[in-house]
Amino acid sequence: MPSAVINFAYLLASVLFIFALKGMSHPRTAVRANLVGALGMFIAVLVTVLDRRIVSYEIILAGLIAGSGIGAVLALKIRMTAMPQMVALLNGFGGAASALVAGAALGETIHAGGAFDLQFTIATALSGLIGGVTFLGSLVAFAKLQELIGGAAVVFPGRHAVNVICLLLNISLCVLVVVQPEQLLWYWLLLGASCVLGVLATIGIGGADMPVVISLLNSYSGLAACATGFVLQNNMLIIAGSLVGASGIILTEIMCRAMNRSLANVLFGGFGAQAAAKGEDVYKGKVKAASSEEIAMLLEDAQRVAFVPGYGMAVSQAQHAVRTLAGLLEERGTEVFFAIHPVAGRMPGHMNVLLAEADVPYEALKEMEQANPLFPQTDVSIVIGANDVVNPLARTDPKSPIAGMPILDVDKSRTVVVIKRSLSPGFAGIPNPLFAADNTLMFFSDGQKAVNDIIAALREG
Amino acid sequence: MELFVTTLTIFVLAIFVGFEVITKVPPSLHTPLMSGSNAISGITLVGAVLSAGAQHTALTTALGFFAVVFATINVVGGFLVTHRMLEMFKRK
Repeated sequence: MPSAVINFAYLLASVLFIFALKGMSHPRTAVRANLVGALGMFIAVLVTVLDRRIVSYEIILAGLIAGSGIGAVLALKIRMTAMPQMVALLNGFGGAASALVAGAALGETIHAGGAFDLQFTIATALSGLIGGVTFLGSLVAFAKLQELIGGAAVVFPGRHAVNVICLLLNISLCVLVVVQPEQLLWYWLLLGASCVLGVLATIGIGGADMPVVISLLNSYSGLAACATGFVLQNNMLIIAGSLVGASGIILTEIMCRAMNRSLANVLFGGFGAQAAAKGEDVYKGKVKAASSEEIAMLLEDAQRVAFVPGYGMAVSQAQHAVRTLAGLLEERGTEVFFAIHPVAGRMPGHMNVLLAEADVPYEALKEMEQANPLFPQTDVSIVIGANDVVNPLARTDPKSPIAGMPILDVDKSRTVVVIKRSLSPGFAGIPNPLFAADNTLMFFSDGQKAVNDIIAALREG
Repeated sequence: MELFVTTLTIFVLAIFVGFEVITKVPPSLHTPLMSGSNAISGITLVGAVLSAGAQHTALTTALGFFAVVFATINVVGGFLVTHRMLEMFKRK
């Protein structure tokens, strides 16, 4: 196939990718948008397979079949609560693929005895660097989210020095790849060093900061593809890669803003590693526990009820029970809405996916800016598995680690019901005065069990 | 150098297009956006296919093969799981 035709097909694929992302702006168009993206990918791969440089199809076919099988099984088996791990893993594979392609391109050029130009060598070095960081960084994020290793931030003495040394080593190896591209060894060493850097970069970041890490790795996987585009002098790779890179950067920015912290603080602050503060003086004698019957009675009289989900809802798989309770209240004429904080859960939009899985209508999901004006006119707010994102200290205590973080103002509703196993602090490691507030009732229980108990009490009453 | 500037132009313009398009995506769709854009970053599959098929040396072929596997997981897994999620958002 003439190269002009191939390039036209690549242009078409690039346009389809842009339409795919554009269509993500509304749930009505999003399904088709995703299919448009898949079509773009299909066209791109199809014309590539017809490229005359390809002499044999067995290896390609074997790889495509193996990859499709693994990908399909992962995509169809994964539970919605485990979506953050899934995305982390996919990010990692994308990064690894880009690094391997750049390595292969370098090997081919060496084999052909060809001349190296500067764009090729610099892009190859960057591909290896970003690809390696993305690969191992994503695997660490995956292991933390899957709880294969501890979820808390791992900090050790002198870690900043170790990080800097590792970074300098990576930069030196990049320079060596550029200066002596005919030595493939430098590339392998770079790949190894970048993997170590990926581990160091993510191991120090704890649970609730995961949305930032995943967004950032998402961006890296795009930038790795982009760098590979510069290696292969392929515009489609550059366009698709930079679209994804931009997307990840925007999400990272949104997540950082929703926590009122800088990216540097998230990456290097070791947040969540310090010992949790004692909350005894905050809670002593002020915490009121309630039973499911009392809460059901409250709900019976309520005009408007808010649900505020957090990561705890995902852990206890409570989304379906929550949906049932919301439906039951709506049948009684109560107005119900869901208030979603941008960093609730372990990745951007995590709560929305779970609630969509449980068939909660899209219109009932309110963003923070829409939800906050509603709380003063809300009779009961049910907080399920959220903690730091509803902590009023963010508004009142300038010395608190979460000072200035925008929160959901549930404390302004008439009654707050907090469903939680214990008074243990959230990720920020600080006590939450909301639990001791006059208008707060604690329901100490597992999330799913608690909601089911309330449903039973409501049906009996 | 001439070629590099052209390529760089495409890169910079694509970044701008990305920013314009992505800022319009509502927070409720951020998870599918991520998995969907992630599938698109599997475009590196194109390079992987060329390396695996051109068979210059045993090493580059092996690298190409593993790259095809990884990139295909990324592409197929990404688009499928995004579809699964978006169907849930749509069905009401």
